[in-house]
Amino acid sequence: MELNQFLILSAFIFAVGVYGVLARRNGVLVLMSVELMLNAVNLNLIAFSAFNQNINGQIFALFIIAVAAAEVGVGLAIILLIYRNLRSPDLDQVEQLKG
Amino acid sequence: MLNSVWIIPALPALSFVLVLFFGKRLPKRGAEIAITAVAASFIASCWAAVEWIDRVNAAEHGASIGAFFGKSVMFSGEGGAAVEPVVNSVTWWQNGGIDFGVGTYVDGLTVMMMFVVTLISLLVHIYSTGYMHDDRRYTWYYAGLSLFTASMLTLVVSAGTLQMLVGWELVGLCSFMLIGFWWEERENSRAAIKAFLMTRTGDIGLMIGIIVLFFAVGSFDIAKTNAYALNGASHHDILLVASVCLLIGIMGKSGQFPLHTWLPDAMAGPTPVSALIHAATMVVAGVYLGARLYPVFYEGFSIFNGGINMMALVGGITILVGASLAFVQRDIKKVLAYSTISQLGYMILALGVGAWVAAVFHLFTHAIFKALLFLGAGSVSHGGTHHSFDMREMGGLRKKMPITFWTFIIGSLALAGIFPLAGFWSKDEILVNAGSNGFELFLVVGLAGAFLTAAYMTRCVYLTFFGEYRGHHHPHESERSITTPLVILAGLTIVAGLINAAPLGIEKFTEWVEPTTNFPDLVHAEFDAPLAIISVSIALFAIGVMSYFLFRREESSALKGLTQRNRLARTGYTLLERKYYIDYLYENIIVEGIREPIARAMYWVNQNVIDALVNLVGRSAVRVGRFAYENIDQKGIDRAINASAAEFGVAGGELQRIQSGSVQRYALYIFAAVGAISVALFVLSVA
Amino acid sequence: MWGQQVVFWLLAIAMGAAAIGVVRSRDVVHSVLFLVVVLAGAAAQYILLAAEFVAWVQVLIYIGAVVVLFLFGVMLTRSPMGHDSNRLDNDQRWAAGVVALLIFGVLTALLVDAFGGQQINFGPELVAQGSPQAIGSDLFRTFIVPFEVVSMLLLAALVGAVVMARKD
Repeated sequence: MELNQFLILSAFIFAVGVYGVLARRNGVLVLMSVELMLNAVNLNLIAFSAFNQNINGQIFALFIIAVAAAEVGVGLAIILLIYRNLRSPDLDQVEQLKG
Repeated sequence: MLNSVWIIPALPALSFVLVLFFGKRLPKRGAEIAITAVAASFIASCWAAVEWIDRVNAAEHGASIGAFFGKSVMFSGEGGAAVEPVVNSVTWWQNGGIDFGVGTYVDGLTVMMMFVVTLISLLVHIYSTGYMHDDRRYTWYYAGLSLFTASMLTLVVSAGTLQMLVGWELVGLCSFMLIGFWWEERENSRAAIKAFLMTRTGDIGLMIGIIVLFFAVGSFDIAKTNAYALNGASHHDILLVASVCLLIGIMGKSGQFPLHTWLPDAMAGPTPVSALIHAATMVVAGVYLGARLYPVFYEGFSIFNGGINMMALVGGITILVGASLAFVQRDIKKVLAYSTISQLGYMILALGVGAWVAAVFHLFTHAIFKALLFLGAGSVSHGGTHHSFDMREMGGLRKKMPITFWTFIIGSLALAGIFPLAGFWSKDEILVNAGSNGFELFLVVGLAGAFLTAAYMTRCVYLTFFGEYRGHHHPHESERSITTPLVILAGLTIVAGLINAAPLGIEKFTEWVEPTTNFPDLVHAEFDAPLAIISVSIALFAIGVMSYFLFRREESSALKGLTQRNRLARTGYTLLERKYYIDYLYENIIVEGIREPIARAMYWVNQNVIDALVNLVGRSAVRVGRFAYENIDQKGIDRAINASAAEFGVAGGELQRIQSGSVQRYALYIFAAVGAISVALFVLSVA
Repeated sequence: MWGQQVVFWLLAIAMGAAAIGVVRSRDVVHSVLFLVVVLAGAAAQYILLAAEFVAWVQVLIYIGAVVVLFLFGVMLTRSPMGHDSNRLDNDQRWAAGVVALLIFGVLTALLVDAFGGQQINFGPELVAQGSPQAIGSDLFRTFIVPFEVVSMLLLAALVGAVVMARKD
């Protein structure tokens, strides 16, 4: 099998994740899109791990999974906080950075 | 012990964690843990010192005082004078085939520094139980002190420059925390930030210097670095660049001209912290670095040539600047702060004139008597003026606070370099070496500094302890926890100098501390009796002159009137009072000068370039949209194009408000930019 | 080889479609379910690539834990579960689509340019490499320090999440 099959699939999922992060208004959905991107990266790592016959790629994927779990936990806490303060999970309400 | 000195910094570090987490629940609010840990460190340091001395003696005479103490620590006594440092290190991480190690490097200098740091720190810890007793962040304070001690010890024992940098930065961080300890007052937090930023400016130099040395040597190892510097094949230009960069780091940390202005402001912290900063930790870190990597400086600045070099020059200027500024201070701690600056100048000068032993010896004695003076000043404010350091509110405390008075007098005399106190021996050694190594100019500077030192200390002592009491409180002697450290330090001040008293034939300090491997062959100047007599007489003369003016009120008022009557004197006084306008230069001219044009330039770019671009994009997008509407849509091809054109119009309009505050909008820009740059790079690489 | 190709393409199509479903669905809960499909597909792809252990970790952690977390997030923030797509998307949909396409395009071009035609060599070594035993021995020998760091990170995230989400 070609390496590129996996890589391009991963690129596609990554791009979809980017779209989701940019276009979704709901915070939970944005986090889910971030998960899509992380999974795309993992697929990349595993594909290269198989391609190079090197186990390090799989180890990295494991670390990414662990970090992603932490990220979801903290991310959801942040969204909960936004929800509590603004009475809405929508990220476009968060514009205190406005110049 | 020499192989396990890592314990010495580890104990206070452990105490930091323990005090932080459990301190508040303990009966003494954490102080007991901190004091125990530092005391244990102190004992370990003494033990290490004994073992080191044993090792030196074993190497020199084949004899061992270890045997004398009934221990069986015998080192290979080959009869040669070379005493190898004890190095232990483990690989921290590897990268690109290079090992980055952490470890301990123990030689005489390390042992001496460990002794001084733990001694002063222990006394400061004890002193603080009385001095800080009612503070509401008492536990936190002890945690900070522990961390401070631990960081300094880490710096001292480190085996590599990288590890040293870690300790160095930790010391800076801790001093930031402790200077700003009473951060509720804006002035204090400003002082802390100033200290942090200013030493950081120097740290840039240090970091560059370390990197330069790393690429020259191929290792962060101190022993290898020193060996490289002394090895004839080394490139002199590289060493020069490295030593200039390192010197900038030293200037920041050790308060050398022109990066000294943070040091007086650092008086905002609690007095015991000032004692620790000025005597044993923060500021001597720079001198220690200079002493540790001395071969680099020695070769880099060609110190063997005599004449003038940058290091000696920085030290010399600092002596005079610090000492002259100490004259006009009204705050007793600021007098001491400027005196520290000037004494650090002596140390750097000594390093610059090739008097390594003298520099380190002065560091040693200065740590003791400066800690004494600071703690004395703290005692004065604690018992005498109720937490004020203004000398205008003191006076006449001689009778009320006898212990503080006498210990302070001993400290002042030692600082002024009066025979036979500690300061005399070390300062004299610096001057002798400056003279004999071909640095006559700096000999004169040193003597002038001695004159100024004696004079401003006389003024300080007079204003504090003599005359009438001018405050509004009821002065009384401080409690035992405060006076005990004072007495101990005063005792040490009297005897410490004798450890290297050349005319008496005692040169133990040289023997124990000076490295014998990887070290330039320095010439040790013989004791010069006339010079010693000259320097002491100069100091006594200064004390006499000042006392004359101060005790005879009318003359003193005549001296005061001088600034009104004489224009030159007034100019001089204003110049001193404004601290040579150095702070003004930094804050008003440099900072403002940089901030204003940058702000204005940014504003201009914003108004003219970005807005114009955005408007252009917006307008052309709308025009494209209209064009699409009129030509394509009218021809009935597709409405989607119209929609996307409109979208672009909207986007163009949105772009005008580029600072939308919406995170996702920013993310959009980032991804778009990443995509665009990738396309550009890809096209470039294919083409 | 044939069988592998068929499985890959089936999975790829399902994953792609489900991924689009995650970002285009009009119902938050549906999005979560689509995410499950993508994650499961990824796990299947890992098995296809002989990364057996990672695949099971993916199933356990992602599908088991993370997705449940997402469902809780949906519940706690009372995200709209109706059919109002405009509530779920913001007004930069089109621009986001363009950027995503741009990124996909440039990535694809880059990959074709860099790795076009390279084959993955499936052999017994590859299968042995993905076994839990091999991973465990590597993880606890070479990567023991990062492993411990990750455990600290998880602890910090735990504490951080509690601190932030606590009502006070």
